[in-house]
Amino acid sequence: MSFPWAEPYQPKNGLTRWIDQRLPLPRLVYGAIGGGYPVPRNLNYFWNFGVLAGVALTIQIVTGIILAMHYVPYGGQAFQSVEHIMRDVNQGWLLRYAHANGASFFFIVTYIHIFRGLYYGSYKAPRELVWMLGLVILLLMMATAFMGYVLPWGQMSFWGAKVITGLFGAIPFVGEPVQQWLLGGFAPDQPTLNRFFSLHYLLPFVIAGVIVLHIWALHIPGSGNPTGVDVKSAQDTVPFHPYYTAKDGFGLGVFLILFALVTFFAPNYLGHADNYIPANPLSTPAHIVPEWYFWPFYAILRAFTVDFILPAKLWGVIAMFAAILLLFFLPWIDRSPVRSGNYRPRFRQFFWILMLDLLVLGYVGGKPAEEPFVMISQLATIYYFAHFLIILPIVSAVERTLPLPNSISESVLHGEDKEAAPADLGGMRPAAAE
Amino acid sequence: MATVEHSDGTLAAAPDDGMRRRDFINIAAVSFAGVGAVATLYPLINQMNPSADVLALASIEVDVSQIQPGQAIKTIFRKQPLFVRHLTPAEIQAANAVPTGDLRDPQTLAERTQPGKAEWLVTMGVCTHLGCVPLGAAEGENRGAYGGYFCPCHGSHYDTAGRIRKGPAPKNLEVPDYKFASDTVITVGEVA
Amino acid sequence: MVRLIAFLVGLGFVVVAGWSLGNGVYAFATQPREESVEHQFHLQPEHASYSFDGPFGTYDRQQLQRGFQVYKEVCAACHGLSYVAFRNLEEIGYGEAEVKAIANQWQIEVPDIDPKTGEASTRKATPADHFPSPYPNEVAARAANNNALPPDLSLITKARHGGASYVHSLLLGYRDPATYRNKEGEPVPTEVRPGQGLHFNPYFANLNIAMPPPIQSDGQVTYADGTAATRDQMAKDVSAFLTWTAEPRLENRHRAGLATLIFLLFATVLSYLAYQNVWHSAKRKVRASGPLDPVNLAKSHEASREAGIQQ
Repeated sequence: MSFPWAEPYQPKNGLTRWIDQRLPLPRLVYGAIGGGYPVPRNLNYFWNFGVLAGVALTIQIVTGIILAMHYVPYGGQAFQSVEHIMRDVNQGWLLRYAHANGASFFFIVTYIHIFRGLYYGSYKAPRELVWMLGLVILLLMMATAFMGYVLPWGQMSFWGAKVITGLFGAIPFVGEPVQQWLLGGFAPDQPTLNRFFSLHYLLPFVIAGVIVLHIWALHIPGSGNPTGVDVKSAQDTVPFHPYYTAKDGFGLGVFLILFALVTFFAPNYLGHADNYIPANPLSTPAHIVPEWYFWPFYAILRAFTVDFILPAKLWGVIAMFAAILLLFFLPWIDRSPVRSGNYRPRFRQFFWILMLDLLVLGYVGGKPAEEPFVMISQLATIYYFAHFLIILPIVSAVERTLPLPNSISESVLHGEDKEAAPADLGGMRPAAAE
Repeated sequence: MATVEHSDGTLAAAPDDGMRRRDFINIAAVSFAGVGAVATLYPLINQMNPSADVLALASIEVDVSQIQPGQAIKTIFRKQPLFVRHLTPAEIQAANAVPTGDLRDPQTLAERTQPGKAEWLVTMGVCTHLGCVPLGAAEGENRGAYGGYFCPCHGSHYDTAGRIRKGPAPKNLEVPDYKFASDTVITVGEVA
Repeated sequence: MVRLIAFLVGLGFVVVAGWSLGNGVYAFATQPREESVEHQFHLQPEHASYSFDGPFGTYDRQQLQRGFQVYKEVCAACHGLSYVAFRNLEEIGYGEAEVKAIANQWQIEVPDIDPKTGEASTRKATPADHFPSPYPNEVAARAANNNALPPDLSLITKARHGGASYVHSLLLGYRDPATYRNKEGEPVPTEVRPGQGLHFNPYFANLNIAMPPPIQSDGQVTYADGTAATRDQMAKDVSAFLTWTAEPRLENRHRAGLATLIFLLFATVLSYLAYQNVWHSAKRKVRASGPLDPVNLAKSHEASREAGIQQ
């Protein structure tokens, strides 16, 4: 651990001591999850969302394993087995609605987690790998969510699978073989459904593995904080437990209230009516759209309407993937030494324009490909790429940042008597005192 | 919670009742979380119980009008074999002739049939030893040494009342709940 | 270096997207926009209110039974209800014996295999059976219906925007295309007038529906409970029934949701207090501490006492 004053694991009674001497698993877990770990004392509620994303993944894995006990990945029966879950399985309706809406909530908290990282510069040194592992998790989540949406084998499942795998057909030369390899045929069918089910079951555990790396990499430099100033002394931190466990407990309560509101009272609000029609390869729904969390990317995909050296469709596919992949380079694109948007007035303005831009992209992504939505999506796409690839490098070079506080404690105390704070922190043991 | 007390420890000067109230809140919050977690377990566990469509087949109707005396049929009840046997008077006599004291699982034929319907023997086709399906329900099958059913797995012999007479099985063939919906139709799975 | 490459790549995407935008704007400005006829004449379902609306909604058993009667007498000849079993009717208030009789007397028999010959045959339905489909397969259904496929109705209210209101509006929405005027007062253009075997209905997505008006006149069904069977009543009852077939666990969901929310509200308030409690010592010089902080409470009590005495 890089913090000299991180509290090591201390077995509390004879049994845990006995275990610790023979199999130090509790010690490993304690260190890995950051129990007794010093965390900046000034984290705001935006720092709750990492834990919430972990909770959402857990909800998805638990409900998913249970749904797999009743679901049948067979083209002729998949839809029927979902209805069997909804009607006949004990509390099956609850488990399925929780799983379907759990996916949406997983994306909500993950997106907020990412936006927090963008605003507070969490991607900057020394946390580049934390950021990049997080993006790997996002990509895995997207793949998992997409394949999961295919499983009920409704109309939107089928046509979504067809449209998305069709994107690979845009790749020159290898596109068509790749598409057929993905589908196991010429169109989505039994082989597709079976392999998507297998991968949909597998990928969440891969995500869990990458999350372990994500947290491991985070615990080397420790958490960032709203000032972006490094931790300088023990006074700047509090132990994760009980301070942030208590705060996360409250955050979890609020999250669960919102989750329960949607799951119990508007369970189909975030879904599509068409997916309650069994898949029919001979009839296309009037308006094929993915789930809401893909809308911004779907808008970027559809923004390229005119061939320009390459075919328009290929541009759309390239741009859609580039929209996420460019985030991997963010730590090197934005070279401002100041992390937090709080002290970067120009950056902050553009950040909020980006948020607005993403809302617009999301909105038009859910609309049919008609004017004026296409023009709006093109404008918004231009800003998206311009923001990350053109504006950020320039802003980070020319911006005049605000003066940073000397330390986290100073920013928290707002000039109050400095002696007041650390005396109370019974759990803290400054390194110097050792 | 030890750490909480630790961090509260600096408030030793605060009044005693205040300390207790503060501990109470923490304990209550953790208890609530515990109650919530346990309540959440209920659907997660209950979903593995038989679903409504399975339970809907928990009782079936069997038409016995075509079974001649001395014949038996094998049908399926709750995904397991069910034997319905039309006993001949000789078989009924043979079953009644056995002193119950000699039996491993003492039961009379009357206890194993419906009142006034002693000729209808309805049993599960599941050997009480290790769950094999005994022979004897179909025409020409080995009915064992006592003219009832014979389990080929480990050689359990059942008599004409489906009672265990010889071999390793500990109990008589199970008689499920059933009732006569009419003279020729029995409803299996419902108490008479 | 990274920033230079990023800048160039960014410029590339901006130029290509801008090219698409330019083309789009040019086309938008020069080509007149034609609104599709469907767009001009299609109507959104009129909102109808039901007992199951809202977070505390429950089904009206009497209404569901009336709706079932309408389904049975009007819809069942063409539309299946394949995800619903006869036994489910017990949930809308029919007794066990009644359900058995309904299944036994159902106009369509359940496909089966003759136990003696092994040939396909049919038998009477039992409560455990699902509602048998009126047609053996899709080809037969289309052949009997002028090449139109009557959809299965089990999930229809969840599979259409507007749900029960849509079904209600659609059933009563048949209009005469010769005299119909939309909101702008325009008549229906001849090219979208219904062809052979089609019927004009502005609530249907492409305006022409193959289903003939199913609910023709008041009193078409004689309700067992004596309710006057107006057209509106029948349309409303059957759309309520079809909401139940699509979402039979709605009442469990509302009940469980309410209990869950009440529990979560308590738990969250408690966790907030515990959070303030835990942080009290770490930040008491810095931010307002928890509402139950004894020191604060004592201070405010004292202050109010003093204020009271002074007054």
